[in-house]
Amino acid sequence: MSDKHAKHKSKYTADRMIPGAFEGETVTRRRFMTGTAHTAGGIAAAAFALPALGFALGPIFKKTPHTWQTVGPASSFSEDNYVPVVVTLTPGIGEAGTSTAYVRKFNPKIDTDPYDASTPYIAISSRCAHLGCPVRWVDAAERFICPCHGGVYDLLGKRVGGPPVRPLDRFYTRVEGESVQIGPRFSVNSELRRFSPRDPGEPLDGIGQYLYPSRPTERKL
Amino acid sequence: MPRLPKLPAPPLPAALQAPPPRPGEGNGKAGPLEQGKQAGITVVDWVDERTSLSGAGRWLLFRKVPKGTNWFYTLGSATMFAFLSQAVTGVFLAMYYRPDPAGGAYESIRHVTNEVFLGQFVRGMHKWGSSVMVILIFLHMGRTFFFGAYKYPRELNWVIGVVLLILTMVMSFTGYLLPFDQRAYWATIVGVNINGTGPLVGPYLSDFLRGGGEFGATTLSRFYAIHMLLIPGLLAALIGFHLYLVAKLGTTAPPWSKAKERPELLEAEV
Ligand code: HEM
Ligand code: FES
Repeated sequence: MSDKHAKHKSKYTADRMIPGAFEGETVTRRRFMTGTAHTAGGIAAAAFALPALGFALGPIFKKTPHTWQTVGPASSFSEDNYVPVVVTLTPGIGEAGTSTAYVRKFNPKIDTDPYDASTPYIAISSRCAHLGCPVRWVDAAERFICPCHGGVYDLLGKRVGGPPVRPLDRFYTRVEGESVQIGPRFSVNSELRRFSPRDPGEPLDGIGQYLYPSRPTERKL
Repeated sequence: MPRLPKLPAPPLPAALQAPPPRPGEGNGKAGPLEQGKQAGITVVDWVDERTSLSGAGRWLLFRKVPKGTNWFYTLGSATMFAFLSQAVTGVFLAMYYRPDPAGGAYESIRHVTNEVFLGQFVRGMHKWGSSVMVILIFLHMGRTFFFGAYKYPRELNWVIGVVLLILTMVMSFTGYLLPFDQRAYWATIVGVNINGTGPLVGPYLSDFLRGGGEFGATTLSRFYAIHMLLIPGLLAALIGFHLYLVAKLGTTAPPWSKAKERPELLEAEV
């Protein structure tokens, strides 16, 4: 250490015995250098990591536009039996993007739930509320039956047996001129109260509706 | 840097040891055999002089193993070879595979299986090898558990092992979708929905896996990228660290092998 510097020791850096430290120095040059290098490295890493993360997470927050698809003339559906129709949930990927909905006319004798009163047609999604296998309407049994783990639902889509945690989902319906149209999906709890669409396996009764929050991008109509 | 202690030369059987030179030998011209040998040594020396890798190689390979080491200790290496086999066959499958959900994925797998030379064999290796790897990893985990090899100072290696196990499971899950037949599709639907049943975070996790609220146009390519890029890289890195710790800490003796007890023996050794 040269005498020139020994005379003006900085009280901030004196304890570190660094030659060349001068009076008033609060951060050693070495620390300043380390800090600058770390900051530059951090910025460089964030410059590629943040866009990549945003890119990977982006699709989750994308709003999907509501579409209405025509599934047939009003005359093709009756009040007391279901007709299967194919709906496209994701366009452009062929069969993998389609699903089956079971449709019938609103029937005041069965559909006594106040929530259904304004619905011209009842469209039940075939996606099992247990883990998502395709249920099938079995006419003779008057039940929806799931091939995977034995889930059984009644005429209204309410669970009557097996592991499902809530009734089958439904789709909004409307009539345009002479044809029946199917809109977005919604989920229902065991009293057929409507919720924004949830994934299978997520109960909507009691505490379930809070444990499985809805998507911020999808709301019921 | 402290010098590594010099390890003894590998114990080669007598037949492989170089015979001592006879009197008068080495003065004449070297024969082709000797020249070839010299060429090999020169290359290895050239690399070693610039990298000092031979020290690391000896440190890794010529370790002391405890008395009683047996076949169960090979299960970890067996798992590693299953992983290497998956990596190699997977790279070649990727040369044909197309992650196209509108029919191309299924068609490319059908093409590999029915038309490509040895395609069915390589695909079969990858498909059955995945089960082999899962079976081996559990056997290896059982070995380290029952031999008490997870105890101090090897806890960290157990923790890394658990991460390796989870990553192997993620490989199985994401690979299952790729053939894109009925079984692959519905098994993935069910699997993603099982993830979704986790309270609070579940719905977001399944949205992340699918890349949206429904099985969509990018779900398959997402699974493909996770399966062939993200997880294998993590697996390879962690296997490297796992093996580093094995070499660093040494392996445990089997639980039934006991320390020397006979006092007269100890006295004789003093
Ligand atoms: C990709 C999967 C894995 C590979 C390639 C691998 C590889 C290895 C190898 C080659 C060894 C050397 C000794 C031996 O083979 O027994 C080892 C040791 C060890 N492994 Fe693994 N392993 C894997 C997964 C696991 C898992 C799932 C666990 C447990 C959760 C685990 C825990 C351990 C422990 C505790 C040791 C130390 C054993 C000792 O010191 O005796 N490993 N591993
Ligand atoms: S998916 Fe329908 S019962 Fe499990």
